[in-house]
Amino acid sequence: MTLSAGTGGAPNVELLDTRGVWKSVDGLLLEVDQLQVEFRTRDGVAKAINGVSFDLHEGETLAVLGESGSGKSVTAQAIMGILDSPPAFITGGEVRYCGQDILKLSEDERRRVRGPEISMVFQDALSALNPVFSVGWQIAEMFRKHRGMNKSDAQAQAIRLMERVQIPGAAQRVKAYPHQFSGGMRQRIMIAMAIALDPAVLIADEPTTALDVTVQAQIMQLLADLQQERRMGLILITHDLGVVADVADRIAVMYAGRIVEQADAFELYAEPAHPYTKGLLDSIPRLDQKGETLSAIGGLPPSLTNIPAGCPFNPRCHYAQDICRIDPPPPLREVGRHRFAACHFSELLLTHSPELAVTQTTEEVEAHLELGLDYPVAAGGLDHDQDMERGGEPR
Amino acid sequence: MSQPLASITQEVVLKAENLVKHYPIKAGVLRRTVGHVNAVDGVSFELYKGETLGIVGESGCGKSTLGRMLMRLEEPTAGKLTFDGVDVYSQKGADMRRLRRDIQIVFQDPYTSLNPRMTVGDIVGEPFDIHTDVVPKGGRRQRVQELLELVGLNPEHINRYPHQFSGGQRQRIGIARGVALNPKVIICDEPVSALDVSVQAQVVNLLKDLQDRLGLAYVFIAHDLSVVRHISDRVGVMYLGKIVEIGDEDQIYGRPTHPYTQALLSAVPMPDPTLRDVREQIVLTGDVPSPANPPSGCRFHTRCWMAQEICSVEEPLLVERPDGQSEHDSACHFAEPRVIVA
Repeated sequence: MTLSAGTGGAPNVELLDTRGVWKSVDGLLLEVDQLQVEFRTRDGVAKAINGVSFDLHEGETLAVLGESGSGKSVTAQAIMGILDSPPAFITGGEVRYCGQDILKLSEDERRRVRGPEISMVFQDALSALNPVFSVGWQIAEMFRKHRGMNKSDAQAQAIRLMERVQIPGAAQRVKAYPHQFSGGMRQRIMIAMAIALDPAVLIADEPTTALDVTVQAQIMQLLADLQQERRMGLILITHDLGVVADVADRIAVMYAGRIVEQADAFELYAEPAHPYTKGLLDSIPRLDQKGETLSAIGGLPPSLTNIPAGCPFNPRCHYAQDICRIDPPPPLREVGRHRFAACHFSELLLTHSPELAVTQTTEEVEAHLELGLDYPVAAGGLDHDQDMERGGEPR
Repeated sequence: MSQPLASITQEVVLKAENLVKHYPIKAGVLRRTVGHVNAVDGVSFELYKGETLGIVGESGCGKSTLGRMLMRLEEPTAGKLTFDGVDVYSQKGADMRRLRRDIQIVFQDPYTSLNPRMTVGDIVGEPFDIHTDVVPKGGRRQRVQELLELVGLNPEHINRYPHQFSGGQRQRIGIARGVALNPKVIICDEPVSALDVSVQAQVVNLLKDLQDRLGLAYVFIAHDLSVVRHISDRVGVMYLGKIVEIGDEDQIYGRPTHPYTQALLSAVPMPDPTLRDVREQIVLTGDVPSPANPPSGCRFHTRCWMAQEICSVEEPLLVERPDGQSEHDSACHFAEPRVIVA
């Protein structure tokens, strides 16, 4: 495919023929179906994702919410096809993009999806960008590799994109290197690279976690504008309940490699249907309140090499009964209109039924967990990108 | 707090007067000093006994440097720090060591602030190696176990190594070490920002609990405004090495008068989707200017939507300005209360 120089104003015209291969079915872009991923390490097999399913539609923002080690970043990497294998292996499930299972594609075909169709913004822009190439060169690489543009056309496109993501003085700074930009500007460059080929799906993995709140607000605003303008499906991966509340249409809450609740953003915050979601919402300090003691969730997320039997949340759950400890993990099931939860007692939780009395006090939960604390826990480490292997919430 | 500082005795434990820290920038073959990074540039405050003073600000505003200066881990370029009436920066040798018992620190990163080759018992007990008179030699192990229990760890884990603990537990170890010498003041430098949401609440609760039990005063440095509101009695907002607004928690969050505080508060995402379109967001343009070359006059004027000519010429002083109900310190020529957080 050839492109004439100076396509600046109307990039979508040329995109039509590449888009031909991939057409969304009734606005449905991405279906993740019972995805399973495990890490085979020397210390044993860590089951990072245990049957994750969700859909993503055009123009929709799906937030994947979870703590470190919950498998949210691994899910994103599996969709992108950038998991390091070994140690990671996809052991089951499908990822269908426009109806076709992209896990079955060859690496060559996969490369044609990654970038033009599904693209990703990483958390730590400083380590995601290459320090020895100028940012303009790195953005332009997308056009050179995927569109076969020559250097000068590609650079013109790079400048246009840098302007689009509101980098001041784009034409002068196109030859600057990543370390010459501030954190917020670097994140804008990452976003420019991600949207360069006008993807239909954008995955943003903790895009603002390393940034200050005032800059975070700018970046979230930019992402929202771009999504609106391009009708992208956006998967926003984060641990921040505040960011999610501001932008998400739907929310999937992950715990120990499973989605434990999926619901419309408003409903989820108004009435959580899973004890973990409820616990999370109760445990965060609020800016608009001077609170008393926070009601913390006792204990820690489980180690993925040693996920507790039954419902993985049962050792930390105030409502846990025998069924939660003995029966296999409850599947994600419909518990209300368009809302799903993986808990035996969701209905009772939703109706605030007195039948669902707290069965364990915090002390009992702590005592119960005393055994569980003995292994080195999955949570830990400040390694931003490898959320999975070392866990760790960014600062 | 609704009853302003009523429960707190108004006894000053730590008093900072015009603290300044400039780091030289060296360049060229001769490593000549070509400029200075004004990390902390004239910070004054008083910390009362048993209270928590929150310090908030974006990265690079000098809040961590300030914390290290309060510990005298950094020698000041200028300024005076008094602890219980004693001038901290003029102390030497044994006197300084004696003083260090009373001011302790809890670091941000529980992964790098604990020595991986030392057992938990050695880490928590290390302060007793230096301050040998605090606990008699034979009673050390028992004291360490008491400390572990105090912070909610199993005293039997005294012989374990840091890697055998999770992030939240490691932070508890850091806190146990911090309280080992019965200090009066603890500097908490981002103590919960490396932790997961559900674990963060446990550590915040622990810090509050210890404060009540041991009568500690905290300087709580953090960038998370929600956590700071939760734990602090008073809050100081820093921008480019200066405190731009300081007041009690109600004044700062309820009636902020400095535009920077207002912007900062409005940028914090709220965990409530129903506020999505209701809430007014002030999105600041640009980044924090370089502290090596801070703007003239009011340092915030380059990003401020209220800036007038005077702002780039004359630096506003941090003095009491009306906030609608009372007065609190704010450094803005056009200080005006604005409700940001309902």
